[in-house]
Amino acid sequence: MRILSLAGRRLAASIPTLFLILIGVFLLLQMAPGDTVDALMAQMGGGDAASARELRQFYGLDLSIPMQLANYLWRLVRLDLGFSSIYGKPVASVILERLPPTILLMTASLSFAFFFGLVFGVIAARGVNRWPDTLISTLGLIFYATPSFWFGLMAIVVFSVYLQWLPSGGFEDIGTVQSGVWRVLDIASHLVLPTLTLGLIFLAIYLRIMRASMLEVLNLDFVRTARAKGLDETHVVTRHVLRNALLPMVTLIGLQAGTMLGGSVVVESVFSLPGLGRLAYESVVQRDLNTLLGIVFVSALLVIVVNFVVDLLYARLDPRIQADG
Amino acid sequence: MDLTRLEINRRTALLTSAAIAANVINPMRAFAQDTPRKGGVFNVHYGAEQRQLNPSLQASTGVYIIGGKIQENLVDLDADGKPVGVLAESWEATPDGKTVAFKLRKGITWHDGKPFTSDDVAFTAMNMWKKILNYGSTLQLFLTAVDTPDPQTAIFRYERPMPLNLLLRALPDLGYVSAKHLYENGDIRQNPTNLAPVGTGPFKFVKYERGQYIIADRNPDYWRANAPYLDRIVWKVITDRAAAAAQMEAGELHYSPFSGLTISDMARLGKDKRFIVSTKGNEGNARTNTIEFNFRRKELADIRVRRAIAHAINVPFFIDNFLGDFAKLGTGPIPSTSTDFYPGADTPQYPYDKAKTVALLNEAGYKPGAGGTRFSLRLLPAPWGEDISLWSTFVQQSLQEVGIPVEIVRNDGGGFLKQVYDEHAFDLATGWHQYRNDPAVSTTVWYRSGQPKGAPWTNQWGWEDKTVDKTIDDAATEVDPVKRKALYAEFVKEVNTELPVWMPIEQIFVTVITAKARNHSNTPRWGSTSWHDLWLSA
Repeated sequence: MRILSLAGRRLAASIPTLFLILIGVFLLLQMAPGDTVDALMAQMGGGDAASARELRQFYGLDLSIPMQLANYLWRLVRLDLGFSSIYGKPVASVILERLPPTILLMTASLSFAFFFGLVFGVIAARGVNRWPDTLISTLGLIFYATPSFWFGLMAIVVFSVYLQWLPSGGFEDIGTVQSGVWRVLDIASHLVLPTLTLGLIFLAIYLRIMRASMLEVLNLDFVRTARAKGLDETHVVTRHVLRNALLPMVTLIGLQAGTMLGGSVVVESVFSLPGLGRLAYESVVQRDLNTLLGIVFVSALLVIVVNFVVDLLYARLDPRIQADG
Repeated sequence: MDLTRLEINRRTALLTSAAIAANVINPMRAFAQDTPRKGGVFNVHYGAEQRQLNPSLQASTGVYIIGGKIQENLVDLDADGKPVGVLAESWEATPDGKTVAFKLRKGITWHDGKPFTSDDVAFTAMNMWKKILNYGSTLQLFLTAVDTPDPQTAIFRYERPMPLNLLLRALPDLGYVSAKHLYENGDIRQNPTNLAPVGTGPFKFVKYERGQYIIADRNPDYWRANAPYLDRIVWKVITDRAAAAAQMEAGELHYSPFSGLTISDMARLGKDKRFIVSTKGNEGNARTNTIEFNFRRKELADIRVRRAIAHAINVPFFIDNFLGDFAKLGTGPIPSTSTDFYPGADTPQYPYDKAKTVALLNEAGYKPGAGGTRFSLRLLPAPWGEDISLWSTFVQQSLQEVGIPVEIVRNDGGGFLKQVYDEHAFDLATGWHQYRNDPAVSTTVWYRSGQPKGAPWTNQWGWEDKTVDKTIDDAATEVDPVKRKALYAEFVKEVNTELPVWMPIEQIFVTVITAKARNHSNTPRWGSTSWHDLWLSA
């Protein structure tokens, strides 16, 4: 019950933020030159002024900006995200179609980065300033400094073009209709390279944080006490240090869940994945206001949910922190 | 493992090239190789998704590349660029040019089984070509009615003379027919058929997964005997050009149309035996790079300044070093690929001559001021291709050398069109002029005065010339092909003299296609055509 009331309060507190974000994005996009009809003309390679006028009416762009904004907000209150001008169908269904690949890619690369960041961070901290630490830290720095589109392209060149081990793009095989386990395996094989590409950069951050936080906790008094009790090193590290060192990592996950949605535009383009990042990019270029606002809305919701889960995890990891504190 | 993946693995690719090598030695086997093979899946690179797929409603290569396989046009162009009937069998115009009668092919059915008749043609012409289709609405402006005395005859009636050769050269692009029974009720723009097209063509629409792929399968009831050969076409949505090149190499794509890859990747794949990289089959999609002058800037309203700017830029150097084999020196708005209208290079040209630039600018009264600056300009490049971006930088540096600093202002597509053609917030703009087989389709609008504000790719320069306007109007309604050609030669001479827009580079789209494809690139607008005869060798 306490959790439910906390959730309710959290949600209530985030509604004003959500509206401010949506209004901000709406106004920002008004400042960009051109509207969705100009973008359509660019795509068509020309058209006459009369049909442009007709199209503006069709897309509801003949209204004044405050009117358009008011219309949008009023629809939103009724949980209607509106109609997408590039897709010609309700924004909600457009986003729903794109959500599974994005969430799959996001959770896969976050888990990958979290798990290996944790493992390598611990190894580096245990061998601080010795060769494992140097090796891991250097690799981390390289991953962090490499642009993800380059990583992605190189991965395609090596694993798809030369070795032909993995597919070079797409979400699943179009040539054959698969079901059950085979479909899962097929999608998994398509997601290996994008997950690695997106995950490697985050891996670098996680392992740096994990290493630093391990080193800090390792020097605390209770660790000395544990050692003095006669506990073996493995026990000390897993039971006492790790648990306390995890807190900053969990914070980071909460922060990065939002970044990952935006950060996947590049990875989605390189690997031709039908995700939310590419949809957002396309909506900006095509000036599809409804779709863009819909994506912002859904992303904001996602970030709120993830942060809520993170708060719960805090309480679980460190009982001193109260869930309602 | 599926069939597509099997086909493309490197070992089979090598075996294929070995087989081709063997054919040179053994002519009998070569003959066997060239017997069309049925079957196979053809994977096509689809770079930019459109809002719909019906070519009766949107004239752009992004729609033709898909819709052109599913729906068909009345006429298309043959290998020599001459009109050849598709849904129309023959045609005849009255001497006054006000009536054109099309005789339609018999026994054709839509993919849903309903018969194709002249009612479909009349409905499409009056409700789509004339009202919605871009460029179609201009072409058919004076179309008053389409009579259908019988199911195989469609008679187009015009208020003003319509030159038959203009109509026949425009219809390959602007003459796709849609089914009346699917469109007669409700708003045409919102019709769900637009995203699941139904046509008479060799391929039947199967599925469109937004952001991923489109699939069309062989139409077993296609009217041409033994066609098509392919079992299936798959268009894969790949927005990243470098990733598309990698997929070509991995064998997951067979064809990247309309210069879909980067210039460097196209040059690289051109050296690879597994691919054919060529401009062949795109002659009908010629374009020219432009420099558009805004006459609202008093400096640019002076003809000496416009000519000086043209003389300041070393175009052959730019082509040799940045565009390579994919471009050539342009001579005006009508490109040399247009055999029917190209007037030759015997019109005013502006070769690189820095001394002349300096002399012209001084004569116009723009002497170098502080720091050698005469005046500065804002250049807006269109975001359509990397050649435009390179070209704008080259222009910037060339003009810097003669004392005209240039600020480059980059926009995305919608922003560029708005700022240049609606708000006129530019001094110089640069992009592409698309030539569509006849100057009256999309070329003369760049020069004819009186274009409504906001109409993209039209005369928005603040420039008006009564002589040019008259030549354009006369040519648009001249029914005698010889006189018409002469009028357009006159037009090119006039606009090259006045230079409201300079078109110094000519380009044709580049095709990258697997060497296994047969019967490809065999017409001037091949990427847009129906591919009924395309096949893949083993």
